[in-house]
Amino acid sequence: MSEQPESAPPSPLQYALQERLLAHHPDVQLGQDQTACPILTCPPAQLVDVSLVLRDDQELHFEQLVDLCGVDYMAYGQSEWVTHQATDSGFSRGVRRAITMAGEVPTTPVVAAAPRWPRRFAVVLHLLSVRHNWRVRVRSFLDDDAFPVAPSLTSVYPCSDWFEREAFDLYGICFQGHDDLRRILTDYGFIGHPFRKDFPLSGYVEVRYDPDKERVVYQPVTIEPRTTVARVIRPVDHGGPEGAGS
Amino acid sequence: MPDLRNFTLNFGPQHPAAHGVLRLVLEMEGEVVRRADPHIGLLHRGTEKLAESKPFNHSIGYMDRLDYVSMMCNEHAYVLAIERLLGIVPPIRAQYIRVMFDEITRILNHLLWLGSHGLDIGAMTLFLYCFREREDLMDCYEAVSGARMHATYYRPGGVYRDLPQRMPQYQPPADPKVHRSTRELERMNANRQGSLLDFIEDFCNRFPALVDEYETLLTDNRIWKQRTVGIAVVPPERALALGFTGPMLRGSGIPWDLRRKQPYEVYDQMEFDIPVGTEGDCYDRYLVRVEEMRQSNRIIKQCVDWLKANPGPVMLADHKVTPPGREAVKQDMEALIHSFKLFSEGYSVPEGETYAAVEAPKGEFGIYLISDGANKPFRVKIRPPAFVHLAAMDEMVRGHMLADVVAVMGTMDIVFGEVDR
Repeated sequence: MSEQPESAPPSPLQYALQERLLAHHPDVQLGQDQTACPILTCPPAQLVDVSLVLRDDQELHFEQLVDLCGVDYMAYGQSEWVTHQATDSGFSRGVRRAITMAGEVPTTPVVAAAPRWPRRFAVVLHLLSVRHNWRVRVRSFLDDDAFPVAPSLTSVYPCSDWFEREAFDLYGICFQGHDDLRRILTDYGFIGHPFRKDFPLSGYVEVRYDPDKERVVYQPVTIEPRTTVARVIRPVDHGGPEGAGS
Repeated sequence: MPDLRNFTLNFGPQHPAAHGVLRLVLEMEGEVVRRADPHIGLLHRGTEKLAESKPFNHSIGYMDRLDYVSMMCNEHAYVLAIERLLGIVPPIRAQYIRVMFDEITRILNHLLWLGSHGLDIGAMTLFLYCFREREDLMDCYEAVSGARMHATYYRPGGVYRDLPQRMPQYQPPADPKVHRSTRELERMNANRQGSLLDFIEDFCNRFPALVDEYETLLTDNRIWKQRTVGIAVVPPERALALGFTGPMLRGSGIPWDLRRKQPYEVYDQMEFDIPVGTEGDCYDRYLVRVEEMRQSNRIIKQCVDWLKANPGPVMLADHKVTPPGREAVKQDMEALIHSFKLFSEGYSVPEGETYAAVEAPKGEFGIYLISDGANKPFRVKIRPPAFVHLAAMDEMVRGHMLADVVAVMGTMDIVFGEVDR
């Protein structure tokens, strides 16, 4: 099953992917992004198999992993601006947060939009073939939203080691088979996964020097998160066609 | 038989050779490194998360602060990603300006790298030489953007403004206690009489001789060779597997350069060569980077010639994305509305995702941008080259002496702004 564009004939890369990969992996889907870069959507269980094919097949030969990252699709496509009931008081007027932060009591009932994506967390790989000068993106939605687990690719691409540690640190995605899954970017002893959408921008704790105790202490954060510019979604032709075509 | 045992050595995070805030935990067997465990993240600022909370244009300045010695290249990748999602292409003159400043940035970066790498392994003089030339290039940054480092010069739809017709000049010192003769002032301003392009052209003519000067200090220097030849050899297959890009990959002999292989802007119009190494050691990577400076100089020269001959707009006139300008705002209601909406709310980028990569001085710098149709990015993933290179630290220093750790760190060209983001 593939989502080929209606008009354009398949590029050599799409053809090779179709022949070499999709023919043997019926669960993998092929799509493409705005710049015609192919996107493979693959179940996590097959991620290692698929990347082995992508790396070792002579027609594909994606010998380099350029990037691996986690994505949190929570509240995708939700606007925060409720213009029709904007108040004239307070700093964040008209803003209704689409996300209730972890551990927070929801203040306003948020009407959840129909989810655009099947799962909350995904792992996205960018592969590069130096031989053929091709790029491909592989995306895998992880089954459990509460405890996302993905297979580790360290056996296929050695450089995925730190990328996986980063995705674990920032998104809490566990990579099964990674032998050194420590935090990498956040502080020693950090709690939580800061890039999740329900982690507040200003965090939970702050650090200051306590002159009485004569050491650095952690305390609950004292600044209040505020929205300076509301998140607003406009249709593509918003404001009329004038000026839109330069 | 004395009792020998391994011991663990803490290197950094405050160490003059650590290039910022790298903390290395080294397992030593005598003088020999058995394992290296880099601890990073001491400069983590959550740039990607911050970018999710701001309209698209507000984050351009954050990109400068990632790899803070190749500022405009970082902006370039980010701006390119936004432009691809918006489906806009900047005017041709803006593309030439971007290419020119990308290459100026490359020279800036390589000069800093050469200076500090030299300083790390014992070549003091070079540092001063490199910073002398960096000063001129910093002035170019300042002339176009007003800032010496964090320019925020590239914008979706072009560049912030056209190149200035007058190069700023040195003024007599305001402090009467500081003496500077008129003759001295004239000498300093000699190449600043014309426009910025004249100044850059003058730089281009001087620069090859200056690179020769650096090379006389290092290339055949016995001590330099002893410190770099045969150190941290990476074979080409391994370099690919480890995710190396840029000079690190080319040093291992793979002629991969995004400017040539996946050209963006007007790189397909440029004539330049791609230097590659043969051995894949620190010395080869040094030679590759030095040659890259000469090639960048060639590209800058071609851009200067084109830019002198072809005036034109440097920003799209699509005022949904670019500001209409102060004068228009005072005259025209429509322009006022555009200006207000653009600066208060920003522009909405159509739903979709893209990956835009540029050949930054350190390697492939990529931005993976997901937009859900809002005025803020849904997810910005920065793919920093140095992060991947540093991940190979353990493999590269294993079996080398402690002093070589510094040489390896230098050869990777690490900047912590982008490793930690």
